[in-house]
Amino acid sequence: MVVTNFGSLKDYRKGGVQIINDDPRNYVFSNLFEVASNAEPYARIAIGKNFEYVVEVARAEGLSPWYSCAHDEFVVAMDGQVEVHLVKLADPHLLVDPNSSGAHRLADEPPEGRKMGRIVLGRGHMALLPAGSAYRFMSEAPSAIIFQTIQGPETIEKWAEICQTSAA
Amino acid sequence: MAMPEQSSTSGEASSARSDTRVLEIDNATGFRAFQAGGFGFKRDAYFARIEWPGGAHIMPIDAFLRALMRDVAWGFFYGVVNFDGVFGTINHYGEVTMFAGRFNDAYRAAGRDHEERFQSPALMQVFKAILSDWTIEGYDPFAAPMETGLPWGQKQGSNDAAIERIRVTARRMVGLPGDAPLRTDAAGYPVNRQFEDVAQDAPLVEAEPGFENEVSAFNLFAYLSRSDVTWNPSICSVVGDSLFCPTSEEFILPVEHGNDRCEWFLQLSDEILWEVRDKETGRPRARVLQRAGDIACMPADIRHQGYSTKRSMLLVWENGSPKIPELIAKGEAPVVSVSF
Repeated sequence: MVVTNFGSLKDYRKGGVQIINDDPRNYVFSNLFEVASNAEPYARIAIGKNFEYVVEVARAEGLSPWYSCAHDEFVVAMDGQVEVHLVKLADPHLLVDPNSSGAHRLADEPPEGRKMGRIVLGRGHMALLPAGSAYRFMSEAPSAIIFQTIQGPETIEKWAEICQTSAA
Repeated sequence: MAMPEQSSTSGEASSARSDTRVLEIDNATGFRAFQAGGFGFKRDAYFARIEWPGGAHIMPIDAFLRALMRDVAWGFFYGVVNFDGVFGTINHYGEVTMFAGRFNDAYRAAGRDHEERFQSPALMQVFKAILSDWTIEGYDPFAAPMETGLPWGQKQGSNDAAIERIRVTARRMVGLPGDAPLRTDAAGYPVNRQFEDVAQDAPLVEAEPGFENEVSAFNLFAYLSRSDVTWNPSICSVVGDSLFCPTSEEFILPVEHGNDRCEWFLQLSDEILWEVRDKETGRPRARVLQRAGDIACMPADIRHQGYSTKRSMLLVWENGSPKIPELIAKGEAPVVSVSF
């Protein structure tokens, strides 16, 4: 019987960097489930960075704030079930500078605009978070989600805290 | 993967070679020989034999074809594609260097390395011709060893259907209307034997009228469970130059990929062991074991090769900006993505 191991918040087993002749920090090695386990709900922590682009991880639990972004983003559910609510903003430029990057947190109340729809993501499901929309998440149980986006005001960097820093 | 196809940007007249030739059929083996500039290529029952002015090299034909398959499919990829410790290519995005010993400490120290620069379309054409002629019936260089026939022996048929697969290059996201399609049984993508336990459910998508083209989601893990090739990252979602290129991996990455930029690996399932060596010398620097949920960066001054026993899912994350290689080569950008 084949068993594919995807890992989860409750059951993950980290690998690591075995150094021969290098600095382990060069590999920026971390585990998304570990980072999400130790994070506040919906804190968007960078686990990958390549110039301005980032991969963020968040623990989805309960209802998130509303966010918006001037460019497309993508979200992947890595563990658990997460609901996504999407609204087409009546005036997206009023809330987010069209030349800005990354996700911006909006006020807590529902933003003005037309309802676009609802998506329920299970493990391994990927969704588009379209430019100019507002979105929020809801998850009844702790879940893990990752974002493909650009570094922005919501991006949290704490590499020394999450990454392997010494030789294995 | 991100399959870079940008042109060289120097604007100067190119001196890159374009002289390639398809040579005669060998009476003993039935395979053709090929010439690209000063490099000559022949195959026999077991080996690929490569010659150049002042040197020669031999590779098992299975390893050569698996590496050649990736170099062709990836459009010479980002940076260096080492077929092994001696032979390979360097992508200049519009032109490509073919080399012998260029990234081998002993060849370099002895002054025995050799390289020639080609116009990419010319070298690609002869590479495709070699791949077509030397891949025999029943052998699929894209497949895991347990899923294909054998490459050995004399010329017997061909398998162009296997080597001409179209890579996935989503413009925005797989599954969006008009973009790269989902993989299904009906489309010829059954679930792979190693992913029979992967859930095939679809996300619940409730789009309000008028937003059907933007309210969209798909099952990425199910999509990957239906990949019919290994070690072939393909673009599934795009944010500017940020490219998510997931792939399924089994056995050994058929090349040692020498980075010209930082490249990130997020292990989606199971595990891969990466052997990391110095890009220039080939000397070992680290071993990186990635299990499900682990994410790591491959610096821009290394080469890496992965090993995966159980077929696994890997998210390769690239920054496809054409400016990066030059910035790194000039020392204007670091070889590591993050300093802390």
